[in-house]
Amino acid sequence: MSQASNSVLATKNLVRRFGGLVATNDVTFSLPAGARHALIGPNGAGKTTFVNLLSGVLPPTSGQVFLDGQDVSAWPVFKRARAGLSRTFQINQLFADFTPLETIGLALSEAHSEGAQFWRRAGTSRAVVDEAVAILEQLDLGDVMEHRVGSLPYGKQRLLEIAIAVAPKPKVLLLDEPAAGVPEGEREQILEIVEALPKEMALVLIEHDMDLVFRFAKTISVLVQGALFVEGPASEVARDPRVRQVYLGESEVEHHLDTPPPGGAGHGHAGEAGRGGAA
Amino acid sequence: MIDTAAHATQGGESRAMAYFAERAKWRWPEFALWIGAFALAFLFPSRALLFNEVAILALFALSLDIVLGYAGIVSLGHGAFFGLGAYVAGLLAKAGAGAGLLSDPTFGLLISAIFCAFVGYITSFLVLRGADLTRLMVTLGVALIFAELANRMAWLTGGADGLQGVMPGKILGLFEFDLFGRNAYLYSLTTLFLLFIVARKVINSPFGVSLRAIKGNALRAGAVGINVNRRLNGAYTLGAAYAGVAGALLAQTTAFVSLDVMEFHRSADVMLIVIFGGVGTLYGAIIGAAAFKILYDLLAAATPQYWQFWLGLILVLLVLFVRGGIMGLVTGVYQRLTGKGGAA
Repeated sequence: MSQASNSVLATKNLVRRFGGLVATNDVTFSLPAGARHALIGPNGAGKTTFVNLLSGVLPPTSGQVFLDGQDVSAWPVFKRARAGLSRTFQINQLFADFTPLETIGLALSEAHSEGAQFWRRAGTSRAVVDEAVAILEQLDLGDVMEHRVGSLPYGKQRLLEIAIAVAPKPKVLLLDEPAAGVPEGEREQILEIVEALPKEMALVLIEHDMDLVFRFAKTISVLVQGALFVEGPASEVARDPRVRQVYLGESEVEHHLDTPPPGGAGHGHAGEAGRGGAA
Repeated sequence: MIDTAAHATQGGESRAMAYFAERAKWRWPEFALWIGAFALAFLFPSRALLFNEVAILALFALSLDIVLGYAGIVSLGHGAFFGLGAYVAGLLAKAGAGAGLLSDPTFGLLISAIFCAFVGYITSFLVLRGADLTRLMVTLGVALIFAELANRMAWLTGGADGLQGVMPGKILGLFEFDLFGRNAYLYSLTTLFLLFIVARKVINSPFGVSLRAIKGNALRAGAVGINVNRRLNGAYTLGAAYAGVAGALLAQTTAFVSLDVMEFHRSADVMLIVIFGGVGTLYGAIIGAAAFKILYDLLAAATPQYWQFWLGLILVLLVLFVRGGIMGLVTGVYQRLTGKGGAA
């Protein structure tokens, strides 16, 4: 991918060192609006470091990050979030003592620049409450929205982790292993929700699960030892012999070549399931 | 397809609105507490001076609860603002010599609050630079600096002799501070009550929710777009202003300010009180202050030499076995009584 003018998120020669270790090695990368992109690579390839550099959790050693064409390399996390870059974390980062309703209300208050208002009661902004409930209902959290987050089952917490990132309508959403640790039975729901996310949102999925990657991604970047190894359309990456050698099990890649991913079969279903659960 | 422009279902939205309204609602134990506190002035007029001390201590503890319990800043130097407020109010009352605007007690509170808010805002940038341990040291250091300044600037503060000639005027030009301290108590309690209502409103506001979020998970708070440090600057400033008012109340109701208001033990005591009462509950500060004072009096009377031992022991037991201090106990009982969750 070239650094086209329509890219919402891009990096230029991005480097991050931890002492002698080069966790991110000269990565130049560009993401067009509405992308469905997967970032894969063996353990220790530097995927999470890369996401932390993009979202501002870590400062780069050198190189730049661009959001909507603007150099945001020196911006803190909150400023990038306000500019439309959202993320989920591999390990849930939630407010255990909040309810889902408060959690999403908080995120939306910030998105509406109402978060610093100290003179009115939280929950009196109709627009915020309306949007918060709408997103919770669509993500099958409607019936537990007044429960304490810390006491929710893990699958629901995982959904909330996605909801809090989606609610502010980001331009770019980084999903760091959204289904990590979710029991098999609830996995499908998470996948359907990821697939049903708004088309205009550019998505980057960091994932180990090849089934999910090939089902979701139109384009793939393979990260090896901190550097971009291969990049391109999902089918090409799967066919690339170097990728097979370095990362993918031969049999698994062939399996995906034989049965191409179904084109958005789960979309309408996820939306309906969300609404149905809230009624 | 997930539609971020979708509207909530009618039922969902009204449930949510009701939920938020219910959260911030006043509950009957709160009314009982305040009515009881005001009634004390008339039921036990002879103990009014003691009650006055409790009310001032409660306001001081409330100010630390905002900083510690909501902003999550561990401060070992919160007494600095208490002392500053006391000196500002004391010096004003001295300059006014009992009459006019300068000696007007409410004016004194206002100026102390503004002054301490200003100092709090400036020092908050120093405090927020570091992590927990650094913050502890910076708050402690700032407090030591102010204490030494008060000592050295004897021409202004009276130094070790204390500030003489503090003459607060009539409250609102109507009520005089009497010898028995009833008006003093009612004045301090009313100030506490009004500032408590403000604090309660702030804590239940979007700003207050974001403070709880920062304390709960600063990483996520940043990731949803909260400018963490700016919110903490705000909370620290508010806490400093409240502490200043508490100090001012002490100066006005005792008509005296000594170096003791700047002493380290005040910062330590007030932290003890907040933890004792329950961190991050607002009411914990008030109940903690009352319990601390009562315990202190009882223990000092029963075992004049070992009261600190018993106080320490009770504190250790409470922290080890009761999560959330006295308020942890109280909300537990309240929830069992009503079958409801989440008091304010």
